[in-house]
Amino acid sequence: MTVFLIKRLFNAAMVMLVVAALAFMIFRFVGDPIQLMVNEQTTQGEKDALRASLGLNDSVVVQYLRFVGNAVRGDFGISYRNQQSVMSLIAERFPATMELVIVATILSLVVGIPLGVITAIHRGRWFSESLQFVSIIGVSLPSFVIGIVLILVFSVELGIAPAFGRGEVVRIGWWTTGLLTPSGRAALVLPSISLALYQITLVMRLVRAEMLEVLRSDFVKFARARGVPRWRVHYSHALRNCLMPVVTMTAMNVGALIAFALITETVFQWPGMGLLFIQAVTFVDIPVMAAYLCIVSFIFVVLNTAVDIAYALIDPRLRTARG
Amino acid sequence: MNLRTTLLAGAAMVAMTSAVSAETLRWGAARDINSLDPYSYGSTFTISFLNHVYEGLVRYNADLTIEPALATSWETMPGNIWRFHLREGVKFHDGADFTADDVVASLTRVSDESSPLRGNLPAYKSATKVDDHTVDIAVDGTYPLLLNDLTNIHMFDAGWLKANGAEMPTDVAKKVEGYATFHTNGTGPFSLESRVPDSKTVLVVNPNWWDTPKHNLDRIEFTPIASAATRTAALLAGEIDFTEAAPIQDLPRLEGAPGVKVLASSELRTLMFGFNERPKLADGRNNPFADKRVREAVAAGIDLDAIHKKVMRGQSRIAGTVVAPAIPGYSEDLDTPTPYDPDAAAKTIKDAGAEGFAFTLVCANDAYVNEEGVCNAMVSMMTRIGLKPTLDIGPNAIQQVKQSSGEADMFDLGWANEPMLDSYSILLQVFKTKSDNAGVFNWGGWSYPEIDKLLDASAVEMDRDARLKMENEALRLVKENVIMIPIHQQPMAWGLSDKVDSVLQLSDNKARHWMTTMKAAN
Repeated sequence: MTVFLIKRLFNAAMVMLVVAALAFMIFRFVGDPIQLMVNEQTTQGEKDALRASLGLNDSVVVQYLRFVGNAVRGDFGISYRNQQSVMSLIAERFPATMELVIVATILSLVVGIPLGVITAIHRGRWFSESLQFVSIIGVSLPSFVIGIVLILVFSVELGIAPAFGRGEVVRIGWWTTGLLTPSGRAALVLPSISLALYQITLVMRLVRAEMLEVLRSDFVKFARARGVPRWRVHYSHALRNCLMPVVTMTAMNVGALIAFALITETVFQWPGMGLLFIQAVTFVDIPVMAAYLCIVSFIFVVLNTAVDIAYALIDPRLRTARG
Repeated sequence: MNLRTTLLAGAAMVAMTSAVSAETLRWGAARDINSLDPYSYGSTFTISFLNHVYEGLVRYNADLTIEPALATSWETMPGNIWRFHLREGVKFHDGADFTADDVVASLTRVSDESSPLRGNLPAYKSATKVDDHTVDIAVDGTYPLLLNDLTNIHMFDAGWLKANGAEMPTDVAKKVEGYATFHTNGTGPFSLESRVPDSKTVLVVNPNWWDTPKHNLDRIEFTPIASAATRTAALLAGEIDFTEAAPIQDLPRLEGAPGVKVLASSELRTLMFGFNERPKLADGRNNPFADKRVREAVAAGIDLDAIHKKVMRGQSRIAGTVVAPAIPGYSEDLDTPTPYDPDAAAKTIKDAGAEGFAFTLVCANDAYVNEEGVCNAMVSMMTRIGLKPTLDIGPNAIQQVKQSSGEADMFDLGWANEPMLDSYSILLQVFKTKSDNAGVFNWGGWSYPEIDKLLDASAVEMDRDARLKMENEALRLVKENVIMIPIHQQPMAWGLSDKVDSVLQLSDNKARHWMTTMKAAN
């Protein structure tokens, strides 16, 4: 087990180094930060001096090594745009993104699972077929369109939910939460629905497929034959057998949701990491872009490693096969 | 006294109390301010927002002319020195007095080697305190535009800077954060209550402001809403009262909506197209654009009216010269667009041997209003007169590298003459021959000795009229030589909810909420 762990952690570190290297290769093509940092009156001499002082004249390799060297010590530098420490900028935004992602995940499970069960046990009925159809729209509509439609309907026409922002937040240590205030909870509604919609359809379709499989199995037929009530067979026995893949997929998809949140955050001006990243891209704020990419890849790596370790704990065959 | 007058008096009392009751202006902006430090990277928007908190020695009034602010008067003295007499009795938000020491400390900070805003005060040499309310500022040679520059240099409190270790500007290269990035202490009409970047910045009224307030606000809640569709929705839903960036494509919708007003006009920024004028193009071919006839033909081949009506939906102001009317140096006789004559243009192109000339027009899609539409229109119009343009379009951060390196055969540029508000800005940075401290935006590599000579003379001319005459003469040469083809002044549109009574909108597109009044809340 120890060897397995060390191997996984080594892999994780390699992935992050490669991500950072790729990031620095891309940064050569995102443009010149100096052009955006100065105004119309700046002379060429001042621009050159600024470029030199930021180390932008060095080769990509040198810039990359310097970044990795500093990042290992937890130093991601200072944002060109905000002049704030990149670590504190990201730490400030992290709770907002996580809160949105967690609420969206819970929403996708709470809504997706029952819908999946219903469409499975009422297969062929008109309402389950129409749910299936609607779910295709949920998968295929781009997330920013969903966001804007939600804003138009619920904020502009009905006026029942705020169109942007995070409302009032409460600070608990370094974490901020909007869950404890009415305006914070109201502000969460539209963004989390917009982010969860894709995930809901995914969960629903997965549960439906699994349920159809399980409903055909012998133990379900046997339970039915014994006269166990229908709802108990469905929701207690059959559903329990479907949940393993759902939980795995949900855990793995938290990373994807963090990445997807970028679009939702832009539409709703949700002050999370994705919004920070988008603004960093338009400003060519290299320190922020580099740190964001590293942190998001770190989250992906941690989730994957955690899932792998959990599997290894559950299934000893994986340990011997790989370790 | 009968009952009727008592009632009227009562009504008047109610009206008076509600006039002083809490008025909150909720401002939804297209972007966040970069920092609370006015000496951070030269963003015009950030500086104009911080002008609610900090002030300069002088400021622009409602006619965009300079008037006294923290300085009450000034005079020039022998030896290139300007003497400023400071306003007495002005207090910073923390209660400290505003004195000459504060001016010296602020100017030292902004002109420091590592200050990103140093370019906004190009001629500054040193500042010396004469007495508590008099300061001498020494400039490099004769320099007529010091007052223009000083409108954007906000005053800090020397003691506050010292106590918080912020005497030097924040240097990104040193990787150390600055105190002034997170805290403020100005003399302005509003003081900072709180700030959460990208989320909300709250200003509250400064009851001890030295000037008589023309506004009735108690509070400004500033929220950036980067997505244009969301900003429109927020205004329609009544979640914001003001935006300085109502999306052009949503104006008809906003104008038709109940409870929303739109203030649309044209701003200072002029959009123009320029050419590579070097004898050879970047790829080594001979350059037809070096021939003035070809540039004239392109100018005649652009249907400015169509761009105004179709692309800009009638919201722009067609330009005949490269500066807007509000910019000193402008004159009406230059502001005559080249008449549209595609057939003559096509003939000239043929005569000049440029027919079928293939080249690249480099545009961005995020720098100016409807930029992509304008550039697409340019391509089809130039194709019509016998040229073969290809459009290279992308984010500004990438395109500006190509434009400034001379790689672009043709390019677009928008110039507002900010923060100087004088034609000298565009003449120096765009039209002067490229050197270490001029012609940074001379992307086409042109050189017109006559323009250079006029500019050098105007740079040391202290008589305003004589100076503007020279600048105007230089602008005439720009037009005669078709160095750049002006298209239009960009539209600006502010959105207001009906709670807002009046705002002051000037062509520099800056919100000045110390002039904003709101209807009394009932």
